[in-house]
Amino acid sequence: MSEITIIQAINMALRRALEDDPAVVVLGQDVGRHGGVFRATEGLQQRFGSKRVLDTPLAETMIGGLAVGMAAQGLKPVCEIQFQGFLYPVLDNLANHATRMRTRTQGRITCPMVLRVTHGGGVHAPEHHSEAIESMLAHIPGLRVVIPSSPAKAYGLLLSAIRDPDPVIFLEPTRIYRSLKETVEDSGEGWPLDHCHIVRAGNHLTFVTWGAMMTEVLAAADALEARGISSEVLDVATLKPFDSIAIVESVSKTGRCVIVHEAARTAGFGAEIAATLAERAITALLAPIERVTGYDVVMPLPRLERHYMPSVGRILAACDRSLAWS
Amino acid sequence: MEGGTEHLADRVVARFEIRCRQYLDENGETVAELPGFCRDEKLMDALYRGMSLTRAFDAKCVNLQRTGRLGTFATSLGQEAIPVGIAAAMRESDVFLPSYREGGAQIWRGSAMDELLIYWGGDEAGHAYAEPRVAQDFPVCITVGNHALHAAGVATALKLKGEDRAALCVFGDGATSKGDVYEAINVAGVWDLPLVFVITNNRWAISTPVDRQTAAATLAQKGLAGGLRVLQVDGNDVLGVYDAVSEALDVGRRGGGATLIECLTFRLNDHNTADDSTRYRDPEEVKTRWAFCPLKRFRSFLEKRGAWTDEREARMEASIAEEIDAAVERYLTYPEPSPATMFEYTYARLPDAYINQRDEALAARHE
Repeated sequence: MSEITIIQAINMALRRALEDDPAVVVLGQDVGRHGGVFRATEGLQQRFGSKRVLDTPLAETMIGGLAVGMAAQGLKPVCEIQFQGFLYPVLDNLANHATRMRTRTQGRITCPMVLRVTHGGGVHAPEHHSEAIESMLAHIPGLRVVIPSSPAKAYGLLLSAIRDPDPVIFLEPTRIYRSLKETVEDSGEGWPLDHCHIVRAGNHLTFVTWGAMMTEVLAAADALEARGISSEVLDVATLKPFDSIAIVESVSKTGRCVIVHEAARTAGFGAEIAATLAERAITALLAPIERVTGYDVVMPLPRLERHYMPSVGRILAACDRSLAWS
Repeated sequence: MEGGTEHLADRVVARFEIRCRQYLDENGETVAELPGFCRDEKLMDALYRGMSLTRAFDAKCVNLQRTGRLGTFATSLGQEAIPVGIAAAMRESDVFLPSYREGGAQIWRGSAMDELLIYWGGDEAGHAYAEPRVAQDFPVCITVGNHALHAAGVATALKLKGEDRAALCVFGDGATSKGDVYEAINVAGVWDLPLVFVITNNRWAISTPVDRQTAAATLAQKGLAGGLRVLQVDGNDVLGVYDAVSEALDVGRRGGGATLIECLTFRLNDHNTADDSTRYRDPEEVKTRWAFCPLKRFRSFLEKRGAWTDEREARMEASIAEEIDAAVERYLTYPEPSPATMFEYTYARLPDAYINQRDEALAARHE
């Protein structure tokens, strides 16, 4: 068994889902013959045919709307939206229909579907390709917002997302699509959704992050370790509904929390986590909660990108501020 | 060609035409040879009863709204031939995706009148539909035109599954300005979907007349751009609507692709019970349009055939009133929903993270 990347893990999960469940249909722009702009769907149309893997016309609103109708008829659409900035037209169907149909009909019609979309910057992409809008998505009732941070999680979480009876948006961290490798068995086993994962156990400080930022957070944790400071690293993985119990428990133990996300700070998902800690762990806090995030600016073009993204240095500075409280 | 330009260097590469179908004029006179289904007396009676029931039900809804017992409601006054013609043409197994002015079709297909009242009275339970025949039908689409794409998705599923069924989606003239409708027309054409779009062109989208909605001479021609079969129909002629929709559904089920049908009608009422159309249109225009009423013309048609009498009319009205009154009674005695209901259907299973919110709502219910 060889080591694979996140993109290969996604391809493996899609292949497995298409194999296991005849209701699964993959659709999107360029996903069939071409295999996807990032190659996530490579070889799937050749293997499963053009009735299971559909190249659509170029219209994002349409992809969201088609998925609602297909899901209502018992299929399990797994749609690809090429870039996060192209997701906005889909939000109408996501927020007004896919996530509401169960409520609107009291369960008579449901829309189990998965929208796969790349997430985040740091890849020197053109405009509108590097956004991180997970907190907007996490505000939509009825939706699950899932984001993996490793190949094994990409495989397991995507399988669980496809098997979930409700709409799931699956955010794929573009920056680490190919930079991380690990051995992933094609076991067909999903990872649990709605579950926060402890990536590294520790005692002095809790990191809370998700997606591509896990790379910087683990580097910062290593740097702290070298200084004799033991940190706990949490991967939220499902942002909605998020597992607050794991975060509250960890911070109750360490007393310090540094939240790291590349999305803009105001009303970013870090704010929800900080509010939860204020409600349920405030007496355990030894220092103010730190947020290391993207800024409240338009995601810049590549030449300023590294100044926008949280860096290991910025994360360590936040840790120092936190640790200075005794 | 209208809207085209002429230049010596240009040559014609395509020509299009739009045809309009009509069997009955406004006086109920036959203006074209009647199709075979017109010999089906039971069907003719049912179409007339369906339209009459729709009008009476709408009137009852407005009355309930005016007396504070129903929420905002949109009637189909003057355009009853469209929902009834459509529903009569559909098979049970087809999938219906209505806008919010097709109560007549919902009732025909099997949604109970009290369910419609429960929905417009402010409770999602009215969209749950107890009748299995309509289990696959969509709830009304309030966000104008979105459901054109849902219909394309439904039709895609029916085609992928190889089923002998079609989807039918109704929207108004205003919806044809939305990108969703164009995107749906486009994919319906390129994927040859078993799908029928019906445009209820009632000439008014709240206060915007159709000539301020589009510069196109017809709305039907919007389907041509996507390669669909298109047709215009006199939407106040229930025979025309029934005929055109039946044919289009057959074509779709046989694998012949999607059709767009523009039904010409007129909104005789305000947009809804919250609207006052005298603010933006001339009541005289509305008055003249009453001459084209679909019920009046169909009754004249039936009378001329000797199939209708005042006595039959009175009997029908009494049975409709009885049916509606029974539905209203069930609606008015329908129990108040529990606050737990809103948590029950947000997800298949309420996530652990939100259980405390449900408990909070239940604890606060009597505060």
